[in-house]
Amino acid sequence: MLTLYGTSFTSRLLLGTAQYPSPESLKLAVEASGAEIVTVSLRRESARARTGQGFWGLIEELGCRVLPNTAGCRTAKEAIATANMARELFGTNWIKLEVIANDDTLQPDLFGLVEAAAALSAEGFQVLPYTTEDLSAAERLVAAGCGVLMPWAAPIGSARGLINREALKTLRAYFPDIPLVIDAGIGTPSHAAEAMEMGYDAVLLNTAIAKAGDPVKMAAAFAKVVEAGRLAFEAGLIEPRDMASPSTPVAGTPFFKIDHAS
Amino acid sequence: MKILLNGEAFATDAKTLDELCAGLGFAEAKIATAVNGSFVAASSRGATSLADADEIEIVAPRQGG
Repeated sequence: MLTLYGTSFTSRLLLGTAQYPSPESLKLAVEASGAEIVTVSLRRESARARTGQGFWGLIEELGCRVLPNTAGCRTAKEAIATANMARELFGTNWIKLEVIANDDTLQPDLFGLVEAAAALSAEGFQVLPYTTEDLSAAERLVAAGCGVLMPWAAPIGSARGLINREALKTLRAYFPDIPLVIDAGIGTPSHAAEAMEMGYDAVLLNTAIAKAGDPVKMAAAFAKVVEAGRLAFEAGLIEPRDMASPSTPVAGTPFFKIDHAS
Repeated sequence: MKILLNGEAFATDAKTLDELCAGLGFAEAKIATAVNGSFVAASSRGATSLADADEIEIVAPRQGG
């Protein structure tokens, strides 16, 4: 079971709700993924279009736990105000905290992130920070009150997979008791499997499913590998080795002779 | 009075944030608000007076990653 801030979930796949070809496709993809947590955002509401009102109806139909984000915020102040608006709107203390440093990489501004995480934790939020694999930032976030960390695998939407796997392994080893969710940069099911095999507690993705040729089928594929990767981690992976090691018993091999030449 | 509503110039006679929201047809809508960069709870909109050049944000749920 995945436990985040005291709530347990069967699925270890968290799914974003953006970029699907249609609302119907989003709904079917969420079902196929088995996700119990979906991310949402807040955007300016036009009095004429009232886009958000219809979207809210769709989200309620999904029946998932909602994790609002602060996507696009550039400062701690913006993120704090957005988190408060999200808490009122969605009725949850959970916030996927994003403070963005750079438009090209969409990498977290770790300084603003720690500042906002501390302020929001003090206001009773349960913060799920979108961070990097940086260990010192992770320590500051935990000290600020974060009970979950969500390091990126690669820049958002880049589909490059775990580009800094050694640091991600270190992070996992350093925080054995903090739920760690890989957030952003997952492009293929094998990327997700790798994260799960490394012992990450869950993966959060959006683009890899929403922009797939068939989002519903891809959601089903991710559901399978996330579960498989977790099972593999729990089973205990063997260590890689440089040289071959026969799997078939050597004893009793027909025609076997000791090679005296060597 | 001229305010900045969701980043655009907007003329209004509304005296409070609550009146502004109602005038836009948001009385019963699923929205959240901020004034000059700070969150204003739904319960505080009636007591939040508007002034010239105030920057108002009115947001609603949307797709997100």
